[in-house]
Amino acid sequence: MLHDIWFLLIAVLWIGYFVLEGFDFGLGILLPFLGRNDKERRVLINAIGPVWDGNEVWVLVAGGATFAAFPHWYATLFSGFYLALFLILVALIIRGVAFEYRSKRDNPTWRLAWDWAIFIGSAVPALLWGVAFGNIVGGVPIDANKEFTGNLLTLLNPYGLLAGVVTFSLFVTHGAAYIALKTEGDIRARANRVFLGAGLVAAVAAVVFLGWTQASSFIPGSAAVSVLAALALVGALGANLLKREGWAFIGSAATIGLAVVALFLHLYPNVMPSSTNPAFSLTVSNASSTDLTLQIMTVVAVVFTPIVLLYQGWTYWIFRKRVSAARIPDGAN
Amino acid sequence: MDALDLARWQFGITTVYHFLFVPLTISLTFIVAGFQTAWFRTGNDKYLKATRFYGELMLINFAMGVVTGIVQEFQFGMNWSDYSRYVGDIFGAPLAIEGLLAFFLESTFLGLWIFGWDKLSKKLHLATIWIVAVGTAISAYIILAANAWMQQPVGSTINQAAGRAELKDFPAVLTNPTVLFAFPHVIAGAFMTGGAFVLAVAVWRLVKRPDEDHAPFRTAAKVGAVALLVGGLFVVASGDQLGKHIGVDQPMKLAAAENLRTTQTGAPFSVVTLWGPDGKQIFSLEIPDVLSILATNNPNGTVQGIDNLQAQYVAQYGAGDYTPVVPVTFWSFRLMIGAGTLAAFAALWFLWRMRRGRAPGRGAIAIAVLLPFLPLAANSFAWIFTEMGRQPWIVYGQQLTSQGVSPSVGTLEVLITVVGFTVLYGGLAVIEMGLLLKKIKGEVPGTAAAAGADSDDKPMTFAY
Repeated sequence: MLHDIWFLLIAVLWIGYFVLEGFDFGLGILLPFLGRNDKERRVLINAIGPVWDGNEVWVLVAGGATFAAFPHWYATLFSGFYLALFLILVALIIRGVAFEYRSKRDNPTWRLAWDWAIFIGSAVPALLWGVAFGNIVGGVPIDANKEFTGNLLTLLNPYGLLAGVVTFSLFVTHGAAYIALKTEGDIRARANRVFLGAGLVAAVAAVVFLGWTQASSFIPGSAAVSVLAALALVGALGANLLKREGWAFIGSAATIGLAVVALFLHLYPNVMPSSTNPAFSLTVSNASSTDLTLQIMTVVAVVFTPIVLLYQGWTYWIFRKRVSAARIPDGAN
Repeated sequence: MDALDLARWQFGITTVYHFLFVPLTISLTFIVAGFQTAWFRTGNDKYLKATRFYGELMLINFAMGVVTGIVQEFQFGMNWSDYSRYVGDIFGAPLAIEGLLAFFLESTFLGLWIFGWDKLSKKLHLATIWIVAVGTAISAYIILAANAWMQQPVGSTINQAAGRAELKDFPAVLTNPTVLFAFPHVIAGAFMTGGAFVLAVAVWRLVKRPDEDHAPFRTAAKVGAVALLVGGLFVVASGDQLGKHIGVDQPMKLAAAENLRTTQTGAPFSVVTLWGPDGKQIFSLEIPDVLSILATNNPNGTVQGIDNLQAQYVAQYGAGDYTPVVPVTFWSFRLMIGAGTLAAFAALWFLWRMRRGRAPGRGAIAIAVLLPFLPLAANSFAWIFTEMGRQPWIVYGQQLTSQGVSPSVGTLEVLITVVGFTVLYGGLAVIEMGLLLKKIKGEVPGTAAAAGADSDDKPMTFAY
């Protein structure tokens, strides 16, 4: 019972992470292309300036919560997907530093280098988180001792890679929606055009991926939510055509959230299915902590998650204004 | 080197590196919050200048602490999966709680502080930096409680069938005697670090920028020196308590720190011991009875020796080597004390030299340049001592470090990540130092915008 709640809570944390960091990954990927000069790039970066770090904390909490609630899941996943996680870590490190350091020198070469660091630091996790989730859901070789027995190449299978394309294109779409919502003038118009293109790619990739997922084993609840996710994306594209930027953003956010729900519903009650032998799969019961730990964690989560949501929401309210090139100061800051 | 050794090197490198930034971040946040409070209360411009100037240095440093912290969170699962399986029921909870309670606070309110100068009222804006500061302290407490459980596994039982430790008493984990002693020690050390940094930078400005307004930096120098000095006093007091606790809880660590081979009453304190390359002791300078006084407050107190403890542990846990690497433990302990003491004396020296409005003088520059590195070195040696001194255990008395490593991760994989992180961290250190120096030498950031309200046509007060 409690471990089911924690399966749900971990899904909530990943939804929070992908919906929030999803748009700042997307923005980072679009940065060198949408921002045509230094001022425009600073507009883009400042659109997520006050919030990207808070968005990133969702993955730290998701990792910590997995460690606390499902130690075997954490241990098998993190040691198994070793090099993929290393690449994600390197990307997140250079990305975080890049945001903070980029505009601290008034030097075009310095700034260009950090712009590409932001691009790589956003593109690599946007792709690899998808590959990781595709492999979690699709199953990887796990032996009787709960140990992963594959290597990096095991993860680079067609299903996993397709999942990477889905997250990458969804995040680009979501990032474009955010840019359209938070900027003014030319960039805003360009972002709206990118949204349409990226959204169409994401729609195709997502439909194939979610269809493949259901074809491999049909789970009615998961299939139903997959359909909702697809509808949300169609709605987002429609909203974009009608120039309703707020609804387009809500649509891309809902698509990402619902896609995560569909995957977790497909996964349950497994947390990491074994492709070696279904009997070796990690499940919510054989991977979990004791009830006492889960009880304590539940109380902490129930008390503090709403507080976090409140003050994070408040931050978005404080910085609700669009960012314009006219308001970016000159020189280094 | 096998995967185990490499994984240990990786943990050592990434943790020591992470902890270069952590104490500086904790104390700088509090000190900057203090400057801003003084400005809020008095309206005196010098405090605002100090807030903006040191705030910028704090942010450059904060970024490094944040990004290197992500590695710490993932590393347990990546390199130490069997450890994670064994301790997850207890050790995972503090990590998750640290994220939920502290990281969200720090990151969100830091964003508000950075970008909120003209969007929040002065009072609310001041509150954001204090919330960040409190967040850093909460974070420090929780992660030290997690580390304390590895040093002294309280509030839990061993479930042999499940092959893991299981939580029995969470409040006991959070009030572990080790964390109660270690937290004040770490926080006091953090204030030494930030104090030394603030003082050194202020002295540099006072000497090298004779034409600028000196008021902010005279104040900063005083604040930094007092933080360093008071931090030093608390480090000594808390360190004495922590040392006595280690003597009871981890007698082998104390014995190794002092190179005490046999159990003695009236044990001597060795000031210097030298080992040859073969590990044989070749020289030792000892003061009689002092170790017994330090460990037990009694010159005739009994302190257990390495050889006796080794024999006792073989009887208790089975055949094996339960002795840490003595020269490393011995010297890291002394270098910690030496570097910290030097830094505290430097604070006294600066306070005396700058008494009643005197200029520090050009001769002070060399010391000011070296000063920030002393507490940083002391912090690093302190953790090397703490963690090397409890080897071979990863969970004291329960799990050996060799039993905690990931079985599914190969030597080549760990080698790739060790080299990768080391190269990346090295590069970032160069970039960070360059940027700190640029900002230390550069203009004090503008203070005009901090006063006015936000409007649509003027440039943002702060932008990336």
